[in-house]
Amino acid sequence: MRNNTATKLRHGRSSNRRSPLATVALLTIGLMATGGAYALFTSTASAETSSASQATVQEGQKLFAANCATCHGISAQGTKEGPSLYGVGAASVDFQVGTGRMPLAMQGPQAEQKPPQFTQEQIDAIASYVASLAPGPAVPDEKYLQGNGNVAAGAELFRINCAMCHNVAAAGGALTEGKFAPGLTGVSAKHVYEAMITGPQSMPVFSDLNLTPQQKADIISALRYNQENASPGGFDLGSLGPVSEGLFIWIFGLGAIVGVTVWLSARAN
Amino acid sequence: MAQDDEESVAATDSAVEVSTPQEFSPGTAVVASDAFANPGLPPRHERVTDLDPKKERTAARRVSGLFYLSIAGTIFAIIAYIIFPIEPGAANGDSVRRNTMFLGIGLSVALLGIGIGAVYWAKTLMSNEEVSENRHHTRGSDETRAAAVEIFKVSNEESGFGRRTLIRRTLIGALAVSPLPAVVMLRDLAPAADPVKLLSHTLWKEGTRLTRDPTGTPIKASDVTLGSVFHVIPEGLGESEDKLEEKAKAAVLLMRLKPEDLHEQEDRKDWSYQGIVAYSKICTHVGCPVALYEQQSHHLLCPCHQSQFDVTNHCEVIFGPAKRPLPQLPISVDAEGYLVAQSDFHEPVGPSFWERS
Repeated sequence: MRNNTATKLRHGRSSNRRSPLATVALLTIGLMATGGAYALFTSTASAETSSASQATVQEGQKLFAANCATCHGISAQGTKEGPSLYGVGAASVDFQVGTGRMPLAMQGPQAEQKPPQFTQEQIDAIASYVASLAPGPAVPDEKYLQGNGNVAAGAELFRINCAMCHNVAAAGGALTEGKFAPGLTGVSAKHVYEAMITGPQSMPVFSDLNLTPQQKADIISALRYNQENASPGGFDLGSLGPVSEGLFIWIFGLGAIVGVTVWLSARAN
Repeated sequence: MAQDDEESVAATDSAVEVSTPQEFSPGTAVVASDAFANPGLPPRHERVTDLDPKKERTAARRVSGLFYLSIAGTIFAIIAYIIFPIEPGAANGDSVRRNTMFLGIGLSVALLGIGIGAVYWAKTLMSNEEVSENRHHTRGSDETRAAAVEIFKVSNEESGFGRRTLIRRTLIGALAVSPLPAVVMLRDLAPAADPVKLLSHTLWKEGTRLTRDPTGTPIKASDVTLGSVFHVIPEGLGESEDKLEEKAKAAVLLMRLKPEDLHEQEDRKDWSYQGIVAYSKICTHVGCPVALYEQQSHHLLCPCHQSQFDVTNHCEVIFGPAKRPLPQLPISVDAEGYLVAQSDFHEPVGPSFWERS
């Protein structure tokens, strides 16, 4: 009698046709599907049109009045909602508007990058208007943006001055209270240079008296070198260090060990 | 009655010895009760390879196939190592990647082929008869015990260990003092100088210029524009004998804020210069470099454990595990307009240590 129930139980288990590895496989597929979908939906396209036409200050003033004056004041004097723009210079406008950070979508911990809302021609017009109000850093000279500087010196300067926030592989990192230092992959040399001289948002200013234009060019060259040369260690998992690497080894490394253990202890058919 | 049933069932189902409940529990004071009867081994499970000779041949082929795969992996690893050599030079990172990747693939196929093949062989083809073997008692037989005692007695007599007391005592003494040289050597690993002094002082002293890291060029007060942050090392660090140790203690972060944003204590008002402040870069928690300066909120963030320091309030801790504010370096300008230190830090930099007062 007892024996009977025992065999029935055993039979019930072996009739369960699902392989013990099915759960592991299902988990892997599920994780990869959600991860892939997330990566697909979060990538944003950025378009930039450039034109070399001469923009007049008047055009810029009109664009400013229509798009920026709500927060920055009708003569860029600043309001409760936004800072004064006297002395921020053309570089600041070109960076903030050219990377889509301005106009601000909403108040938050920090202005986030989005597709630029203006053509380069319009941005140049607003920049020349803001630059006409008070002297400030200008849009950088092309010769510093070529990426042909000293890569080794630039990498050392990057590690000392930039890497603590932007990550040693320029992958970005978290700051306080929801703010973050963005990753620098794919950021144009001009915007990197402008960020250094203007110090947008939480970022400190690295004026030409701190890092000379040539040193900035070296840093830009080092960033470009890093982007163009694949990681010698194979998959870099976003270069985020222990977070992504730990997640990977916990899911796939431990998952593989669990899978092998299940297979080892499973009874052969 | 029920117990008897259990045992007979187990006995008929399995062809092997059934362990019988022990009458006493050797080595423990508690006698095991027989609340649960030993159910014995389950009946032997017949696998498809036991029942179907065709399946058995397939399984055998799979096992040898896996071993063949392992051989192929080994040969692949050797060939890959030869045809993807590591080319010297920093620009050849790709060659390192290819070399390690293909070598690794070959070696893992070779080892996994053997391992998986062996396990598959054991699972499908080797006998799956389950047996149980009882442990023997821990206590040896009386004869064995008597023989062991006899061996000790004879050894003692033959060596004279018990009789020759001088030899015995000097041997024990020699063994006892032999580790002493290790103690002396380990003691010598400690810093030669008083560690408290080393930890309390840095390269900074009165008149040392603040210079840029890594170039070592001095910084004029007028170079430090509003919102700027400079990574600073003391002048002459490059010539210092133990450069890295000194840098680890003397690294400083220089920032310029609006003077009205600084809430300075009365006695520390002259430690800054027109809104330019210098603080140790070494976190007071466990010594990570604190350099994540947010120029709008004037907060410094330590990337290791998220301690936050408020630069406007003498770098007091506003969040995280750090317990003390970052030490401030008193600064002023010299005749040429370069920033100089007024003195060393007024307290030891970095994490707490035992003798820190």
